[in-house]
Amino acid sequence: MNLLTVIVLLPLAGFVLNGLLGRKLGPTFVSVVGCGLPILAFLATLKAFSTLQLAGPDAALIEHAYRWAAVGERAFEIEFYFDRLSAVMTLIVTGVGSLIHVYSTGYMKGDAGYARYFAYLNLFLFFMLTLVLGRSLLVCFVGWEGVGLASYLLIGFWFEDPAKAAAGKKAFITNRVGDAGFLLGLFLLYWAVGTLNMDEINAAFMAPVAPAVSASLVGILLFIGATGKSAQIPLHVWLPDAMAGPTPVSALIHAATMVTAGVYLVARMHGIYEHAPEASQVVAVIGLMTAFFAATVALVQTDIKKVLAYSTVSQLGLMFVALGVGAYGVAVFHVYTHAFFKACLFLGAGSVIHALGGEQDIRRMGGLARRIPVTFVTFAVATAAIAGIPPLAGFFSKDEILWFAFASAQGGSPVLWALGSAAALMTSFYMFRLLWLTFLTPSRMSHEVEHHVHESPWSMTSVLVVLAVLSAVGGFVHLPEFLEPVLPLATAQESLEHLEHRLVYVAIAVAVAGFLAATWLYRGGLAKGDALAARFPRLHRLLGGKYFIDELYDAVLGRPLHWVSDRVFLRAGDRFLIDGTLDGLAATTRRVAGRLGRIETGQLQWYVAMAVLGIVGCLAWVWRHV
Amino acid sequence: MSEPMLLNLLLWLPVAGIAALGFVAKGRDSLVRSVTFGCMLLQFVIAAVLYQRFDGLERGLQFATDVPWIASWGVSYRIGLDGLNVLLVALTAFLGPLLVMGAWTAVQKDVKLFHAMVLFIQFAMLGTFVAQDLFLFYVFWEAMLIPMFLIIGLWGGERRIYATLKFVLYTAFGSILMLAALIYLVLATQDGDGLTFDLRRLSGAGLPLAAQVWLLAAFALSFAIKVPMFPLHTWLPDAHVEAPTTGSVILAGVLLKMGTYGFMKLGFPLFPDAARAMMPVIMTLAVISIVYGACLALVQDDIKKIIAYSSISHLGYVMLGLASLDLIGIQGAILQMVSHGLVAGGLFLMVGMIYERTHSRAVADYGGLAKILPLFAVFFSLLTLASIGLPTTSGFAGEFMALLGAFNAAWPAHLAGNQVPLTLAVIAVSGVILGALYMLWLAQRILFGETRAPHAPLTDLNARETTILVAIVAAIFAIGLFPGDPLAKTELAAREFQQRVLGEAVLLGSETR
Repeated sequence: MNLLTVIVLLPLAGFVLNGLLGRKLGPTFVSVVGCGLPILAFLATLKAFSTLQLAGPDAALIEHAYRWAAVGERAFEIEFYFDRLSAVMTLIVTGVGSLIHVYSTGYMKGDAGYARYFAYLNLFLFFMLTLVLGRSLLVCFVGWEGVGLASYLLIGFWFEDPAKAAAGKKAFITNRVGDAGFLLGLFLLYWAVGTLNMDEINAAFMAPVAPAVSASLVGILLFIGATGKSAQIPLHVWLPDAMAGPTPVSALIHAATMVTAGVYLVARMHGIYEHAPEASQVVAVIGLMTAFFAATVALVQTDIKKVLAYSTVSQLGLMFVALGVGAYGVAVFHVYTHAFFKACLFLGAGSVIHALGGEQDIRRMGGLARRIPVTFVTFAVATAAIAGIPPLAGFFSKDEILWFAFASAQGGSPVLWALGSAAALMTSFYMFRLLWLTFLTPSRMSHEVEHHVHESPWSMTSVLVVLAVLSAVGGFVHLPEFLEPVLPLATAQESLEHLEHRLVYVAIAVAVAGFLAATWLYRGGLAKGDALAARFPRLHRLLGGKYFIDELYDAVLGRPLHWVSDRVFLRAGDRFLIDGTLDGLAATTRRVAGRLGRIETGQLQWYVAMAVLGIVGCLAWVWRHV
Repeated sequence: MSEPMLLNLLLWLPVAGIAALGFVAKGRDSLVRSVTFGCMLLQFVIAAVLYQRFDGLERGLQFATDVPWIASWGVSYRIGLDGLNVLLVALTAFLGPLLVMGAWTAVQKDVKLFHAMVLFIQFAMLGTFVAQDLFLFYVFWEAMLIPMFLIIGLWGGERRIYATLKFVLYTAFGSILMLAALIYLVLATQDGDGLTFDLRRLSGAGLPLAAQVWLLAAFALSFAIKVPMFPLHTWLPDAHVEAPTTGSVILAGVLLKMGTYGFMKLGFPLFPDAARAMMPVIMTLAVISIVYGACLALVQDDIKKIIAYSSISHLGYVMLGLASLDLIGIQGAILQMVSHGLVAGGLFLMVGMIYERTHSRAVADYGGLAKILPLFAVFFSLLTLASIGLPTTSGFAGEFMALLGAFNAAWPAHLAGNQVPLTLAVIAVSGVILGALYMLWLAQRILFGETRAPHAPLTDLNARETTILVAIVAAIFAIGLFPGDPLAKTELAAREFQQRVLGEAVLLGSETR
């Protein structure tokens, strides 16, 4: 049986069914189809996974779906490739994906676009599975663009609000900039290696005679694609705006799965990056900058989802740091733990927003711990996990990232470690700040909102519990070792190995320090924090304004593009130069014709003279040439 | 029925339709529509059969007819299908019935004349594609101008006279030069057998380079106007805006492809040395068209103008793919022609549908249509995505392969020290971003946000309109998901084109059935 094809097609069937029939057949049908097919896909993935395990550690299942096109001897095949790396990604996508679908039945209940929502969500899963299961860069790119589409549709799900529709467009366009880089890399690889199959490209770069192409150039081009999808500097600007979508969408697409596609791509193409130290360095530095700056912005955000969004950007940055120092398995490890705790946090935030009737500003929350206890407990567990409190999941993966950032033989350095740890410190701080202000400080809710606070339905809380448990224990899986047959383990510099244990204590201390600082500042509510902000008004404005990157892009890119298009191309080019020239030609023709018209005097002698002159001229020409 | 008859039937069916319309009594408009539609539908069925039976592995012409016409000049009525025209013939026949359906209620003035003109133009377009004789080609090419002139001039918008004049003058200017070059070419290839216009025998390959360049320039000017390529494009937006929906769909759907087809069928292979010499110029203009068209689409406030400028951009990819002279690029170019016909044709049909309801094409007049016209929004979004070139749509298949071809050709040049092709190809990729920019912005402004529309309340798409769009969207996805089938039909011809231009040709003229 074509199991992998089935895994990919199940959500597509959900999209088609819900898209065509959902509105007619009602919400029960929509829920059953919308959740049922992803769950089936998850079960099928488990089956495929067991087959893979039996086949041995470095085996891969390859399935041929069909031939997309053939030109000459070159063929573009649609094939699915299932090794341990794709297996982990597929399990995350279908597993966490199914959970979030179930949660959505509660969260989106009663929405006018219920069927459309599930159709889009299924469509997203289809493309995401295409992305992680595709064997060739072409299939991967199909999924890559497709998840961008699904993201666009879901960010702008409530399209009546112009801001939400605009956020969707911004996400798509920003991603397209990255996609252009992806395409360039793809074209270059196709020419240099002669295939788009990622396993074969890796093998080609590992071979004694490497392809005649700069691995660093290819690596950087593909990484440009990754910066778009995974919201890294300078293409990170779309992700915070993407929070305009329904909260489960933020959890699934903009935290757990799609945004990690860039990490997956780099890990998958590790054969290139291993031979591209310059490109790897770029990956690490961009990742570090993103991790650090996004964390600083998260410190001052007041929208619960925006805090989480910047946190996601920051965590993705850490994953790229790992990739940049050759710790590919560790990066995927963080993808995996992050999927649990960040999905849990977003869904918890969704539960809070649900309970408060749409309120997202943490300055108008507080005291929710007792009112919505399940949400609180699960949120707290996930917070501790992302902050890196041992022995929760985030501790293990983040600790390994920081260790290799420091000690990796492929580009580790104290600077990477120090700034990465600073980001981790801030993470712990802003997450506990969020926890305090949302759940523990005295209530700052309006009377009316407070009156309506209620715990979310079972469909939502049960998902929170599952994810919280996974956030707690998920770290005990030794994922980098499991992935080792596919992704080589990073090696630490021997001279530094003795420091490993000491750095673990530092990491724990960092997490606890963040917690203590947040507790000191926010335990009593907003007052202390506000006073601190008032003492550094400029810094606070800079962070609150997200370093004004959006404004910068608009001034440097957006407006000039419009100006050039309008003033230079349209007015000066089309209207003045081209049409002006044509009008001028027409006017000249008319004038010349008018003058020539005077030759027609009506006198016969004049005409005869002209005719004779013409004949003589012709004869002369013939005489000369014949 | 013998096979060549089938192609003749396809070609002459519209003429029979026009004759039939002559018998329809005045005032019976719905009968006029039905007759025209029936004719177009039959034509589509025949084209489908021809497409199915066309064998991509067979060299040379299929379903060919060759009857002497003006024997003393060597002019024949030569028609036939080959890999270069088979998809375009299918596209033309596919859009035919949809055109008539699209104009069902929109056209109320001089219905009979209008439909006669539509049939006439269908005849001329198919003739241009299937002609295998240069004279015949030229006759059809010129004949197309008359119905188009009338369709814009009689059923067009307010500034239709200006637009028609511009369209006709531009085109006629190109045609005159092409005529001169054509005569020169025929005289120059003259051999012991006397004159010939047979496209399989004509070739400017033996001419000196300078002569080839002048001849190609004359042909190219005519074709580049039709495509249109920068800087010969300014007739297109005006023509589109003033044309009735049917006119726009014909223009975008088929007519523009005659320009790119001209390059592929005549311009490049007839003058291979000149083609290779001029390729940098062609490529540069193609890339400028991609970027320039996209930028201009960004600053328009008329929906039709946005799509018109997007056509300039999208056909730039076709020219880029052709000019790459890489097999994948050429195949991509052919696919992109068909894709653009479907996508732009579909978009213009949709603009017509909304215009029929509101009599406005101004972007600013609309907003939030997704709320009040959900079905309209679904189809408009799908066509938008195809226009952007999203994978799984035909737009992706064409653009991707055209770009891939451009890069395949550019890397070796880059290694040899020539940076021009690579630079151009990289710039062309930026069109991918710009394309998303203007189309998504358009979709955002008219479909999303607060609901705003003139003459509200509006009714959503009816069954007729939905049928049209389902057909188009189905074709778009069929090609996007399974481009292998159409590509298999064109590969051999693409390869011959490539070899002829690159000069590795074995005697192509000797290949006859």
